[in-house]
Amino acid sequence: MTTAPIAKKNIFNRPEKPYANPYLGGMVLGIVLFLALFLTGNGLGSSGGTTRLVAFIEDQINPAHVDRTPYLLKMAGGDKNPLDDWIIPVFFGALLGGFTSGTIFGRTKLETTKGPNVTNRTRWLMAFLGGTIFLYGARMARGCTSGQALTGGATLAAGSWAIMFAIFGGAYALAYFVRKLWL
Amino acid sequence: MNFPLPEFIATSASHPWTYVLFGLIGFAFGFTLEMSGFGNSRKLAAQFYFTDLTVLKVMFTAIVTAMVLTFGAVGLGILNFSQVWVNPTYLSSGILGGLIMGVGFIVGGFCPTTSLAAASTGKVDGMFFVFGGFFGAFLFSETEKYFDHWYTNAGYYGRLTLDQVFHLPIGVVVLLAVLMALFMFWGAEQLERIFGKRDLTKEPKLRIAGAGALCLLALTVVFIGTPSLKEKYNKLTFTRTETIPQVNADPIVNTYVYSADQMLEKRLVQIAPAELFKTVYNQSINLIMLDVRSESDFNLYHIKGAINVPLASIPAIIPDLLTEPPANSVFVLMSNDEAAATKAWKQLSASAVPNVYILEGGINNWIAFFGKDEGFKAASSIGNDKLGFIFPAALGSKYESCDPNPQAYEALEFEAKIKLQLKRDKSGGGCG
Repeated sequence: MTTAPIAKKNIFNRPEKPYANPYLGGMVLGIVLFLALFLTGNGLGSSGGTTRLVAFIEDQINPAHVDRTPYLLKMAGGDKNPLDDWIIPVFFGALLGGFTSGTIFGRTKLETTKGPNVTNRTRWLMAFLGGTIFLYGARMARGCTSGQALTGGATLAAGSWAIMFAIFGGAYALAYFVRKLWL
Repeated sequence: MNFPLPEFIATSASHPWTYVLFGLIGFAFGFTLEMSGFGNSRKLAAQFYFTDLTVLKVMFTAIVTAMVLTFGAVGLGILNFSQVWVNPTYLSSGILGGLIMGVGFIVGGFCPTTSLAAASTGKVDGMFFVFGGFFGAFLFSETEKYFDHWYTNAGYYGRLTLDQVFHLPIGVVVLLAVLMALFMFWGAEQLERIFGKRDLTKEPKLRIAGAGALCLLALTVVFIGTPSLKEKYNKLTFTRTETIPQVNADPIVNTYVYSADQMLEKRLVQIAPAELFKTVYNQSINLIMLDVRSESDFNLYHIKGAINVPLASIPAIIPDLLTEPPANSVFVLMSNDEAAATKAWKQLSASAVPNVYILEGGINNWIAFFGKDEGFKAASSIGNDKLGFIFPAALGSKYESCDPNPQAYEALEFEAKIKLQLKRDKSGGGCG
């Protein structure tokens, strides 16, 4: 077993810089969140973007099915465009912002981040599975770590605080049983 | 200027800059996440094995920073909190969804936004997480119909904030949240020392100063408090449009913005008895009639379906009015004439209860309009918000005019003043 990721191709060959101090990163993120709330009244989010993209694709393939599915109907029923929402520019902005930061600090490279004792293939499978589970839960809770925990946490929304503790609770409860994935 | 800016509450093709602004917000969001190390699943997962608690530090620093700034701005009166999206509380689906998210987090190593930061920087596992996410969202949309009732109703408390839960002033809750976060940071660092073998002496000293600054800001929020009802009332604005039809051209639409006092002066919130009566039978409106007179007057005569809330009890029911009823609710206040109802209107409007109206001329006018054939005897002394008629017995809503026959009043002419201002879509904000 190797601990180093297999393919290390640094796209722009910049020296890799260490991550920012978490408190500094958190403070900047907090200011971004405040500006979002202050200027637009909306917070941050991304899982809503995923759902809207799914609704958009389904609407292209089978619009009749969308009109029969209550959950999709709200976003893409009839002539509604599911992409006409603030979360879509936020979603693509986040992709671009992540790429920019990763590139500036020399971290944009094709690799797999994983625990030392799993193969790439296991990691990919688990990432896909985890993504599926996470988004299912995020839609059930009407928001993910950004839309609920961050945004609702900052606006003192009671439900969001419950969700935040549930996320940490769920992850800590299972962490021991999947430790082979990470340790 | 009043924030948030109305043009920027949602994206709109008529304001293309909204796309740019939301794109920039997303950009800054993705940038800071990647910068903090959230593009690396191993760093994220380490949170749950106590070796590296970056997730907790970044998240709670962000939450309390944004919280202090937001409620500071609310306290200073430059940010209108009722226009800020507050995730509605759905306790049951929220907690179950949260637990499921926790499972996805530890199995997949990311959360949705961090997987975007990972995927965009070439992390293959991040890309798999994003694809898995699409599949998960697809699965949810296909299965939601099997538990739709539970999903939309179980544990629903509407717009509920922690200060309402604990009955504390908002500033105090903010201060407590800051103190809790600082305590968690201290605990996180101790855990990192024990499990992650981290040398705390190498941590920047500046973080202590940051903690102090945060406490100071939170104390300032406590000190400035929240704007009084009167200050909120003076800042209220109402928008009304007027459409003038044109011959051979698109109609001209004029938009007017009025203050609350102007709304009262121009009599735009006083609805005629006929309009109230018609609204009772309007299926698209959830009408709530609040009779703010004394209980004895209410017992003598009241409109059928009205709820008696004496003026002094109005503040106590405001939280319920803000959270409980559906978005198409219209509140109509009534007293014997208009004096007490107008006072109640000011209180409700200043507390951001939407769609509040006053019965024009009050109960006296209602009786004069619908009860003229019932032969009520006029009271000798009238005015001063007193009941203008004499009732021999307290029959409540047993009179015919308390519930007029809709067939007898099929055609009524009135100036329609109710403009339903929908609350923001429940599934529209946040991550929705």
